[in-house]
Amino acid sequence: MNVTATLIGQLIVFSVLIWFVKAVLWEPIINTLEDRKKRIADGLAASEKGLKDQEAAKELALQEVKKAKQEAAEIIAQAKARDGQMLEEAKNKAVDEADRVMAGAQAEIDQEVNRAKDSLRSQVSSLAVVGASKILGKEVDAKAHKAALDELIEQI
Amino acid sequence: MSESNAPAISSPVEYIQHHLGNMTLDGERPASLVDFSVFFVDTFLVSLILACLFGYAAWKVGKNIDPDNPTGLQNLLETVVEFVNQQVKDIFPTADKMIGPLAITIFVWVLLMNTMDLIPVDLIPSLVGGVAGIFGYDPHHVYFKAVPTTNLDTTFALALLVFGLIIFYNIKNKGVVGYAKMFLFHPFGKWAIPVNIIMTTIEEIAKPVSLGLRLFGNMFAGELLFLLIALLAFSVWAMPAQIALGTLWGIFHMLVVPLQAFIFMLLTIVYLGLASQGVDEH
Repeated sequence: MNVTATLIGQLIVFSVLIWFVKAVLWEPIINTLEDRKKRIADGLAASEKGLKDQEAAKELALQEVKKAKQEAAEIIAQAKARDGQMLEEAKNKAVDEADRVMAGAQAEIDQEVNRAKDSLRSQVSSLAVVGASKILGKEVDAKAHKAALDELIEQI
Repeated sequence: MSESNAPAISSPVEYIQHHLGNMTLDGERPASLVDFSVFFVDTFLVSLILACLFGYAAWKVGKNIDPDNPTGLQNLLETVVEFVNQQVKDIFPTADKMIGPLAITIFVWVLLMNTMDLIPVDLIPSLVGGVAGIFGYDPHHVYFKAVPTTNLDTTFALALLVFGLIIFYNIKNKGVVGYAKMFLFHPFGKWAIPVNIIMTTIEEIAKPVSLGLRLFGNMFAGELLFLLIALLAFSVWAMPAQIALGTLWGIFHMLVVPLQAFIFMLLTIVYLGLASQGVDEH
């Protein structure tokens, strides 16, 4: 319980300790803490900004989707219109084709008929002469009855 | 005296006196309350070791500081630094760069020195006595007082430095004239200058004295009570009382130890904050 020379020793130790702690502990740690605080604040700000950006991007994406939908609807409507048109065209074409085919077939038939008629005509006179000779029991001269035969052929 | 067998029990007065005696350089006891021819080796040594311990921890943490993954000791010291820094910011917002290191040094160093009080009262003196015995000294003439803050030298060394800083900050912020004006016109205005000088002087002197004496008184009383409790070991039957009282006082003292360190730090900040205020007009 005395005040002695130890006081001076303690004063020196105390002063040196303050200086030392300031240099090696206080300042580095305070700097680190400040730095950390700043980094956390920056990080929070960045995340805030990121959220905002995301919100904006979402909005944009929605608009884009809306626009795309509209366009798609337009395209579909156009396609539908074109579709009907094409169907009509195809139908017309098919009808034309069918008419043409039918006309061709008709012509062929007519041709066949004419050909059959012709061959029939060429044989009718001989058939008639043979038939008449059988009926009359004597030779019939085809030249003599040429006029009658021709008239017969004409009738076919 | 037959103190060699059971000194504590046979002569309680000598036991306590022995424990309250300091190890000095040349074995001299201080002759008066203030005697600068004496140097207490034990007080100085223990406080120096603790200062080195704190210094080493500070250096180790400060050197390997890792801002991203603080671990172990760095976490602890970061917490302490943040705590002290918060106190400084709250009490003394305009503090300069010296206040924080000063406050944390006071807090941690005083805490460490006070903690010596929680080591069993006989352990360190007995160890030192035993070691001295090996080297041929009589253990009963070896004194060792392990708690530096139960010594006025330590507490007043701290208080005096704070006092010096109070004057420094007063002059720095108010100027010499402003500081003198504080003595002349504070607290009663210009019509009571003699009274003002006396009052302000007492006020200013009371700051370091109360700082030093408060810490000293608390720690000394705690130490003394531990000694008295240790004296209960006079018989086996008193042992339960000794254990119970020792535990209770130990638990209570665990509160006192950081509290006193905290109060010393806090008052230092408050005083320096007051000293840094501008001149207030009356």
